[in-house]
Amino acid sequence: MFRPTPRASGYFRTDYAQDLALLQTRAERIGLAALVAILVTLPFVATPFLLDLACQVFLASIGALSLMLLTGYAGQISLGHAGLIAAGAFTTGILTREIHAPFWVTLPASALTGVVLGLVFGLPSLRLRGLYLAVSTLALHFIVIYLGGEYETKRGFSTGILIEKPSLGGFKLTDGRAWYFVLLIFAAATLLICINLLRSRSGRAWRAIHARETVAEALGISISGYKLLAFVISSAMTSVAGCLFAYYRGFVSIEAFDLFLSIQYVAMIIIGGMGSLLGALLGAAFVTVFPYAIEALLKLLPNVQKLAGDIFAVNYASFGVVMILFLILEPLGLVGIWRRLQNYFLLWPFKYKPLAGTRK
Amino acid sequence: MQLLINIVVLASIYALIACGYVLIYRVSRVLNLAHGELMMFGAYLVLACSSLFAGHPVMALCAAVILSLVTGALVYIFLMRKMTGEMVLAAILTTVALGILVRGVVVLVWSSQQQYPAQALGISNPTFTLPGDGHISLWSLVLVLTNLAAYGALFGFLRFGRWGMRMRAAGQNPLLAAQRGINLHGVYALAWSLSTLTGALAGILMALDSGVTGSMPVIALKAFPAALVGGLDSLGGALIGALIVAGAEVLLIYYVDPLLSDVVPFLVLVAMLFVRPWGLFGTREELDRV
Repeated sequence: MFRPTPRASGYFRTDYAQDLALLQTRAERIGLAALVAILVTLPFVATPFLLDLACQVFLASIGALSLMLLTGYAGQISLGHAGLIAAGAFTTGILTREIHAPFWVTLPASALTGVVLGLVFGLPSLRLRGLYLAVSTLALHFIVIYLGGEYETKRGFSTGILIEKPSLGGFKLTDGRAWYFVLLIFAAATLLICINLLRSRSGRAWRAIHARETVAEALGISISGYKLLAFVISSAMTSVAGCLFAYYRGFVSIEAFDLFLSIQYVAMIIIGGMGSLLGALLGAAFVTVFPYAIEALLKLLPNVQKLAGDIFAVNYASFGVVMILFLILEPLGLVGIWRRLQNYFLLWPFKYKPLAGTRK
Repeated sequence: MQLLINIVVLASIYALIACGYVLIYRVSRVLNLAHGELMMFGAYLVLACSSLFAGHPVMALCAAVILSLVTGALVYIFLMRKMTGEMVLAAILTTVALGILVRGVVVLVWSSQQQYPAQALGISNPTFTLPGDGHISLWSLVLVLTNLAAYGALFGFLRFGRWGMRMRAAGQNPLLAAQRGINLHGVYALAWSLSTLTGALAGILMALDSGVTGSMPVIALKAFPAALVGGLDSLGGALIGALIVAGAEVLLIYYVDPLLSDVVPFLVLVAMLFVRPWGLFGTREELDRV
């Protein structure tokens, strides 16, 4: 299941309402309240740089959560995630540029683009599995990018499309703090949608398909329907992330959505830990903060001038190393480390679980 | 005529790169997405060797080729060996990560500017005029010939060579092969080094022809559809797949739109995946789950 059983002892659920509740124990409620308090106060104490970083993490979280839904739970590999983000961003860019559409038009329009592209990306999954599916999404990524580039050159925006900040009534969304809350709300909503999808019929169907397709089909699950549903939902959410990205940056250019971005998203769910929403969040934060951390570390070194020009390359190389290390040494990702820590303190002073199979 | 030459040269480039994908996939069912980066690494090795063996272009080239052979084996021994028997996705992602790493290191060591190993080695690149008013540069011609030689050698090796037979056995059924006493790690390492060798040959010859930049791996990514169209586990298929992809690319660029260059191979790939996912000459297979 997507969440462990409550850890408080003597806790018994006595009706279905309790069983459905997202927060079950007092510790969980307190924890969430503390988290919300921290997240709300953060923008008032943080520097603009940190605020920007947090916004980027939220944006990445939306993308990583939707990819986790698709790959981590439904088991469909996608290497074309950047193409979907690009699609959302470009829908927004084109609509604002051509018909000056406000954000309450572009946001649903981006989601719609995502739905259509999800169907397109999902169609190969009905025939293909594993490696071949990954390759077909990779190919679709290049096709989407080509279409975006074609639009840029044909319309004469070869350097990129400028997008005005969204406004509602007289209020214009330019302030970093306002953006922080908007993105936080979107990320939280995505998380909530994912949690609820996963504990409903569709989530169970996806997990069944992931585990073994033949058995899932024998259980009466419509394989093609649920596979397409996974693609559609995931890419709709991703496109919304792309739309937000376009507004946040105020600028869309096709160069931002290269293959490396797709790889970064896959890295997020790998580094975070497959098959865990918490993993998607941790991975998104890790991968987003990583380049800045490397840059900060490099500044501590004495010979800064020499490496300053190659900071991009250093980022690349170290990112590759970290990814390799995670794949080889910690296939369960950050979530694996987190669970081990939890277990350590849960079991302390003992080393091993008293009963086999209670918790992994 | 010029179109035909362009197609043949591009097809040779794709075929020489594609056989690297095929070799590794056929033997170990791993898709090597770092192939482009390893190829670029081979091209940069020429630069390194040209300064090491100044004035001896032949020695420098030989050294670079041998070094790339060693690189492939080292990649397997230190990295991919640990991924043997892991999930398909994990193995692919490891190669992706390796590619990122190599790309970063290459830029760190050699900078991202365009460089010309041919100048560093002191070799010229004359252009020949063929009957029918077609032009071909010396190194493109060498590339076409190398491609043919490489395919001939690989066919012979896999068909008649002792280790070639072992490689085929390991590809068909690794468990049975291992039980018959075939050294699987040795076979895999050999596949990796041969694959890197052919990739590096392509990279070196392309670099001699038109210089080398950090964007070289894109070409290898475009060669991947060639391998898949022909069938990922069929060497002869890769040759024909390369011809199809290169033909489509050159003709579409010429008659429709030059910007199409980057997508044509992938369009061909998608079309192929819809019609015959396992390629023209590949074996039909059930693939693992994630």
